[in-house]
Amino acid sequence: MKKAEQALSRATLQKSPTGIQGFDEITAGGLPAGRPTLVCGSAGCGKTLFGIEFLVRGATLYNEPGVFMSFEETNDELIKNVASLGFDLEDLIKHKKIALDHVHIERSEIEETGEYDLEGLFIRLGYAIDSIGAKRVVLDTIESLFAGLPNQLILRAELRRLFRWLKEKEVTAIITGERGEETLTRQGLEEYVSDCVIMLDHRVTEQTSTRRLRVIKYRGSLHGTNEYPFLIDETGFSVLPVTSLGLEHKVSNERISSGITELDKMLEGKGYYRGSTVLVSGTAGVGKTSLAAHFAEAACKRGERVLYFCFEESPSQLMRNMRSIGINLEPWVHKGLLQFHATRPTFYGLEMHLAVTHKAVNAYKPEIVIMDPINTFILGDTENEVKSMLMRIVDFLKGNQITALFTSLTSSESALESSDVGISSLIDTWLLLRDIELNGERNRGMYVLKSRGMANSNQIREFILTDTGVKLREVYAGANGVLTGSARIAQEAHENAGLLRQKQDIERKRRELERKRKVMEARVAALHAEFKSQESEALKNLEAEQEIIRLQKRNKMEMAANRKSVTEKRKTKKHTKP
Amino acid sequence: MKKKKEEAKETTASFDEAMSGLHEGRYILRLFITGTTTKSVLALTNLKKICEEYLEGRYELEVIDLYQNPGLAKDEQIIAAPTLIKKLPLPFRRIIGDMSDIEKVLMGLEIKKL
Repeated sequence: MKKAEQALSRATLQKSPTGIQGFDEITAGGLPAGRPTLVCGSAGCGKTLFGIEFLVRGATLYNEPGVFMSFEETNDELIKNVASLGFDLEDLIKHKKIALDHVHIERSEIEETGEYDLEGLFIRLGYAIDSIGAKRVVLDTIESLFAGLPNQLILRAELRRLFRWLKEKEVTAIITGERGEETLTRQGLEEYVSDCVIMLDHRVTEQTSTRRLRVIKYRGSLHGTNEYPFLIDETGFSVLPVTSLGLEHKVSNERISSGITELDKMLEGKGYYRGSTVLVSGTAGVGKTSLAAHFAEAACKRGERVLYFCFEESPSQLMRNMRSIGINLEPWVHKGLLQFHATRPTFYGLEMHLAVTHKAVNAYKPEIVIMDPINTFILGDTENEVKSMLMRIVDFLKGNQITALFTSLTSSESALESSDVGISSLIDTWLLLRDIELNGERNRGMYVLKSRGMANSNQIREFILTDTGVKLREVYAGANGVLTGSARIAQEAHENAGLLRQKQDIERKRRELERKRKVMEARVAALHAEFKSQESEALKNLEAEQEIIRLQKRNKMEMAANRKSVTEKRKTKKHTKP
Repeated sequence: MKKKKEEAKETTASFDEAMSGLHEGRYILRLFITGTTTKSVLALTNLKKICEEYLEGRYELEVIDLYQNPGLAKDEQIIAAPTLIKKLPLPFRRIIGDMSDIEKVLMGLEIKKL
């Protein structure tokens, strides 16, 4: 069993990774190792660069030295041209990682005098390969030979031999070719190089250009068949395997604050789900950007990284405007937690936007991405394309567990809920901001249109922009309908007056009671006093009477004493007598 | 000042003289071959015949085997084999092939038929 597996793995095609961002994903590993690959495309589509990056990445990342044989640019030109992409060819040449060979053919110098072959070229190439032990070879563009050497028969036979020879040498080769009228290349090179054919394209639609790459053919391997947008910038090539994304992203149960306490309360008191997609839509000037800025600030305070794409305002303008509602984003920019990306939507095509988004997200690795606003894309492109692009962005961000907040401007004429590029199905939490016109006033209202996976509030809140940020107030919903703005304030004042009256009433009653108590207490005091005086009178009388009683007693005793002395005498007499 | 001008005149004159001398006489030729292939052998024999016939005594022919000096292919910008390079007299020319078309070889070498 194991042996069979091993045999199978040996039998399957070996691949040589290009190191070009995204390309290896499309081709499931890179170019066919040890075989030649044809890269074709019109002028200026990036063929040379593709080849150079293949060699440079091979030399730096995979330790596979490479030979670049140029039929057009001289070595100096080449070194200078790719230096702008951060490739230091001179250094690589010095370390024997890359060898350059410029083949110069001057038609006017050459005289054909009979049979010949291209053995000289073979020797040159062989010598270059052997001198650095090259595993990779780029021939850019070999079709120039057709201009230099008139004998097509010899040339074609020799080219066939060359590609066979390259296979024998077991080098992974890229042969570039200019796009022809009806064939892939002007001289029909695809006839000789048939293992892998890659087409590069540079298309302009509606005045915006997009670069695309397509794998036309790849013998013995599965590959993506779509056209993939790619871009060339200061870090080289990057291709986006975006359409290959599925619906298999992991979900998080973590909740993150929206930055506005009252809004969090409307979302079960916890805020958005991490990794979800939030859409804030509304008419002009309802505060979509303010909501986004709140979210950004809250994230920065948590120490998370935020990537803010602004398509309408410059970062400095946005920061100034947000300062007026008490949100200071500048310190976060300095701390590196917040990064702005400002481009006009019309600056380049949708695919390019997608590519730029991809690249920026991959480079910055944010936890939160804000796009403000998304619907400006519709300007140049059809809605369908915009939808597919947004879907890919949403998928990409979700796949990376990035919470996304999009704002979308809806025109006041169209229905609020239908106008959002038809992307509502992609959105997890949708906040709708709308203006409520009442009593000659225009006030802002906000509600949660939908929020997947949570019991969200069904109430409309009034949305107020203050010096200290966004505040949400409960609107007054009474017999007269929904009241906002000054009407709400009047209603509140009315209610306050009633409250005050009630308060005064209670106060009055309390005073009355107090008074009554005082009266009662006064009466008690008077009675008390009266009683006291009576009491003291009574006591005095009592004392006087007691004195009288005492006196009488004494008198009695005195009298008795007097009497006793008489009787005693008598008694003593009597006593002595018997 | 005058002296310098005269000197300059003299050097240019001598250079012209030397050049014209070369033009008339000396041919410096280099033939690049690839081992002993039929084309290489044919080219060598053909060339030798031509040189003996038209340039007797006023040519220098150096035959180089590319297999033994592969580095020279890059330095001399060789693609095809065999290649004959006419270094002097100017203009610089490359003559490729087995030299079987004598008319063309002579044209390449800028030798007028006698």
